[in-house]
Amino acid sequence: MGRYVARRLLQMIPVFIGSTLLVFAMMYALPGDPVRALAGEQTVDPAQIAQMKKDLGLDLPLWHQYLNYLGNLFQGDFGTQIASGRPVADIISDAFPITIRLALFAFTFTVLVGISIGIFAGLKADTLRDRGLLVLTLVLISIPSFVLGYLLQYFFAFQLGWVDPNVSTEAAPGELLLPAVVLGSLSLAYVARLTRTSVAENLRADYMRTAVAKGLPRRRVIGVHLMRNSLIPVVTFLGTDLGALLGGAVVTEGIFNVQGVGYAVFEALRHREGATVVGIVTLIVVVYLVASLIVDLLYAVLDPRIRYA
Amino acid sequence: MPDALEATVKDEALDAVDAQAKAANASKAEKPRSLWSDAWHDLRRNPLFLISAVLIVLLLAMAIAPGLFTSADPRYADLAKHYLQKPNWGNVFADDWLGYDGQGRSIYARLVYGARASISVAVVVTVLVTVFGGIVGMLAGYFGGWVDTILSRVTDIFFGIPFILGAMVVLTSFEDRALYVVILALAFLGWTQIARVARGSVITIKQADYVMAAKALGASTPRILLRHILPNAVAPVIVVATIALGGYISAEATLSYLGIGLAEPTVSWGVDISSGAEQLRNEPYVLILPSIMVSITVLAFIMLGDAVRNALDPKLR
Repeated sequence: MGRYVARRLLQMIPVFIGSTLLVFAMMYALPGDPVRALAGEQTVDPAQIAQMKKDLGLDLPLWHQYLNYLGNLFQGDFGTQIASGRPVADIISDAFPITIRLALFAFTFTVLVGISIGIFAGLKADTLRDRGLLVLTLVLISIPSFVLGYLLQYFFAFQLGWVDPNVSTEAAPGELLLPAVVLGSLSLAYVARLTRTSVAENLRADYMRTAVAKGLPRRRVIGVHLMRNSLIPVVTFLGTDLGALLGGAVVTEGIFNVQGVGYAVFEALRHREGATVVGIVTLIVVVYLVASLIVDLLYAVLDPRIRYA
Repeated sequence: MPDALEATVKDEALDAVDAQAKAANASKAEKPRSLWSDAWHDLRRNPLFLISAVLIVLLLAMAIAPGLFTSADPRYADLAKHYLQKPNWGNVFADDWLGYDGQGRSIYARLVYGARASISVAVVVTVLVTVFGGIVGMLAGYFGGWVDTILSRVTDIFFGIPFILGAMVVLTSFEDRALYVVILALAFLGWTQIARVARGSVITIKQADYVMAAKALGASTPRILLRHILPNAVAPVIVVATIALGGYISAEATLSYLGIGLAEPTVSWGVDISSGAEQLRNEPYVLILPSIMVSITVLAFIMLGDAVRNALDPKLR
């Protein structure tokens, strides 16, 4: 077990370096110059611009800039925004908690509702109820999340007036409910479908017949015997899903005006603030990597036959 | 000439193994039908497949020959008709039956002409992703060892970057909002899923008897890959690619909505949803109508992929 975790952590290093380098290179390739943009319309002495670039280390070749960035990162320094002079760590610590909260809400919603729908449909596979729920999940998958966002906003905020169309800067938990439902809807449909298939398949398993035959209460048969065996594919999906939710939040945040990571990335891209974009994407990649490691470890909890060497 | 003789014998033996690889397809069904013709037999009776096939044919016709569906010009703007006339069920399929958008353009014409940009982005991305991801996955799965280690880590790197976020970064580096830019951005990040599926599929197939036999007879690696592995490993890849195609339609719309995908004067559903969002409060149908087109298209491809998967998967019979 310990050796397995160590090996997985080691494998993460090249992936971590690769994805930061990839994003770094893409930002490097962006047209436009953040230093020149500082001057706006005014004409500036090229020598001054060159000096500023030298001070900021922007005149170095890509690999050198990247090594500098990585070196600073390991000392906990995410760099500084060129235009505002704000440390990127500040921007991240402002924006990330909001997006994490939004993503966790969406995640909880996905897990609770998705698995419930899946069990509900899977227990009565190939009945009208099952077919209806399957069609419903298909419809949910086919609506792009930003369209769903606008529809729910139109309905709940403009027509019914139950919620404010825009989330305030504090992003209180109650305000994030509607955005979280929008963000989680696609994953919810996938989770429901995966659970449904898995449950329907495992219902026919021998251990289920045994559990029923020896007179266990229905709650225990379904809650323990069936669920424990049916959840492995669902857990696999959920592991990669948390990172996807953080990335998808970019779109949802735009619709509801949430001042989270999506907003920060958008601003940074507009002003060519490379350090901010790389910092945020790096953090999301780390969340994704850690989540997939946790999932792999969870397999052993769900299925004791799985051993790690 | 012993050499020539040996070569003919070897060729004949190889042909026999090839035939066996083909037969491996057929052996999955009780009757001597191939995997694909057996699947086709099932599909013809599946209403979901028929509905999605009809929808896809219609949408493709719209993309290829929009003139068949409407005579109006999607770019002709008459500001006097600004939001004039809501959708009207009285004269279905007339040029103005869905009303006009904020610039006085016929919404119906824009829906019809929008199919071309949205569907061609999705189709080209799917083809690129399937070819590239398929090759990477096949090489990783077949050769294993360090080739697999390297290719799989590279796949992991691209897989870890959130799709929409990554596409945003790629697209910002292009000033041009042309079709090919959006296609490249989506394909650049999208190939990982196919690569993973293809790798898994090839790893299973490579242990089959007919592959062993071909190897034992000294068939060249390209021959094994192309004639034995590829035809038998391709089914799950096609299913995933079909479903992914629906996803790319939705991704194009999302990026265009964010203002970094396609842009005017290109006519696409994403562009129209984006401009419709500005007037959501007063004229919601301007946003809802192109959204419905996106949803129908996505739904059609997902249903098709689902139906093909069920028909190909012997476990579900």
